[in-house]
Amino acid sequence: MSWRDTLRTSIGAVRDHRLRSALTMLGILIGIAAVILTVGIGQGAKAKVRDQIAELGTNLLVVTPGSSTSSSGVRGGRGSASTLTSRDAAALANPTVAPDVQTVAAATTANVSLAYDTTNWTTTLTGTTPEWSTIRSRTVTSGRFLTSSDVATSAAVVVLGPDTVTQLFAGRDPVGRSVTLGGTKLEVIGVLKALSSADLTSNNDLAIVPASTMSQRLVGGTRRESVDTVYVKATSDRTLSAAYQEVNAELLNTHHITGSATPDFSIATQDSILSAATSVDKTITVMLGGIAVISLLVGGIGVMNIMLVSVTERTREIGLRKALGARPSLIRRQFLVEASVLGLAGGLLGVGVGAIGAIVVPHLTSSRMIVSPTASVLAILMAVGIGVVFGVFPATRAARMTPIDALRTE
Amino acid sequence: MTAIATEPTDVAGAVPARAPVIELDSVGKTYRSGSLEVDALRGVSLTIEQDEFVAIVGPSGSGKSTLMHILGCLDVPTAGTYRLAGRDVQSLGENQLAEVRNRRIGFVFQQFNLLASLSAWRNVELPLIYSGVARAERRERARLALEQVGLADRADHRPGELSGGQQQRVAVARALVTEPALILADEPTGNLDSTSSADVLGLIRDLHRSGRTIVLITHEHDIAQQASRTVHIRDGRLVEPEPHHESWARA
Repeated sequence: MSWRDTLRTSIGAVRDHRLRSALTMLGILIGIAAVILTVGIGQGAKAKVRDQIAELGTNLLVVTPGSSTSSSGVRGGRGSASTLTSRDAAALANPTVAPDVQTVAAATTANVSLAYDTTNWTTTLTGTTPEWSTIRSRTVTSGRFLTSSDVATSAAVVVLGPDTVTQLFAGRDPVGRSVTLGGTKLEVIGVLKALSSADLTSNNDLAIVPASTMSQRLVGGTRRESVDTVYVKATSDRTLSAAYQEVNAELLNTHHITGSATPDFSIATQDSILSAATSVDKTITVMLGGIAVISLLVGGIGVMNIMLVSVTERTREIGLRKALGARPSLIRRQFLVEASVLGLAGGLLGVGVGAIGAIVVPHLTSSRMIVSPTASVLAILMAVGIGVVFGVFPATRAARMTPIDALRTE
Repeated sequence: MTAIATEPTDVAGAVPARAPVIELDSVGKTYRSGSLEVDALRGVSLTIEQDEFVAIVGPSGSGKSTLMHILGCLDVPTAGTYRLAGRDVQSLGENQLAEVRNRRIGFVFQQFNLLASLSAWRNVELPLIYSGVARAERRERARLALEQVGLADRADHRPGELSGGQQQRVAVARALVTEPALILADEPTGNLDSTSSADVLGLIRDLHRSGRTIVLITHEHDIAQQASRTVHIRDGRLVEPEPHHESWARA
């Protein structure tokens, strides 16, 4: 008996019991669709975070102040007295201190309200230096970015994010006009190009002023020297870890931290940010994936159950086929192929439902989904495998029947 | 030739040019269920030559079904030897038995045993599938076999669309499609009315006339009379028939 004949016989048997076959496939279908969807959501979330982090810039180290601990053991909250200063940034920019560092930009942020005409808009104000645009890979669509002379003269100028411009100027060209920040007029000198990761609103809704302008004219107070973040760009991908060591050593040195004392700053790489951001997603993905696998298992048990029913119900047929000369191995093969046909059909339908879900779900939850062809092929193979594995027991049972016992059954 | 072999056949001697189709030598079959042992056959010896048409007659419970299962290689004896066309069946494995059933024996059952989901010709081609005949040839041979039983025009009908007599004729076509040496018919008319019975018996007689060996199992003496020889079975043993039966005299 050729494989084609076996396949034809098996498909015939599946078709003869339409309702039963459909219900059996449903179990596999749900399992496979669940696997496709969970893997898709997991990969989508990961890709989204990766894109967002990539938009921070390349070969980037982000230095943030750690909590400061006083000698009495009182821990100051972040920002109460920032332990990073613009002097730290200047030291790191020195090529003899940190030869693998290309550029350094310190940034201070504050939430402020900007006004133009009668419109008010609350946004994030960043005080920084011209290097910021290089490090964060940002360009302007109109006007210009900050220059070192802006910083040197504490110029009353501002670069706005595209969303901020939309809110304040409602379509008019803002370059050359002035916005008011707490009584100080700032001239808009440029507009940043939008970043694609729209979810991270701070990328497109922001205002940037020279660091000196921010500390001396806008915020002032005790925070004159302290900064919230120091962005460090390594010279290349390969020197990133060397740059990390240099930055760490220099900051430990200038902050007089020796031995086992806890550093008052922390350095994050894009990888560490990525793994921190995706670790939660990973847990959820693993959990959902586990549920999907369990549902597949249940689907497989469904296949086994139906195949056992089928073997019992078709005892006479098995007996007859044996009487007509079917070898036990052929009977086993027929039922195995039948089980895998159920698995395959359920798997194909499951991938179909998963693909439809991949189109529908992002519309409902605004989460991204990636259905990879590899995952789909694997899922289908898994469904066939489930059919085969769970078909072995019923098929063996069918093959072991003696022809007369089978024929005698009414 | 004798209906009941009184002495064991000489197995050591050379196999004759035309070996008997069936040689049973002191065949016994004991069924065991738990501690209970039931002797279904006790020392049955029987030789059936080629081209014979033998009826095995006995009341229900006489062991005739067990005998039929052993003759059809569906079951193996627990005692004695069975040679089918000169070949000792006991020495055969499960796969070889399947091949013997496939190539040497054609079955006709009381219950027809057609697969309801397959059309007539697909039912007829089933044994050919298992002997590895190519699809086109299977179709052609199935068509010829159906023609032989007068159902060529019903080839695409399913068993449910055929009468009992027609179904049994499809079953006869299935039995002869492999051109087997032996056709085993187990109460072939048991589920048929008298007209259909006559049809099917006529077909079986035709098969005999065209040179096939036929073993017919029945409990009805008038059906047994169609055969050229009748063997009686009672309580698992072959017995002398009641003297007034003509069928015996004819043999």
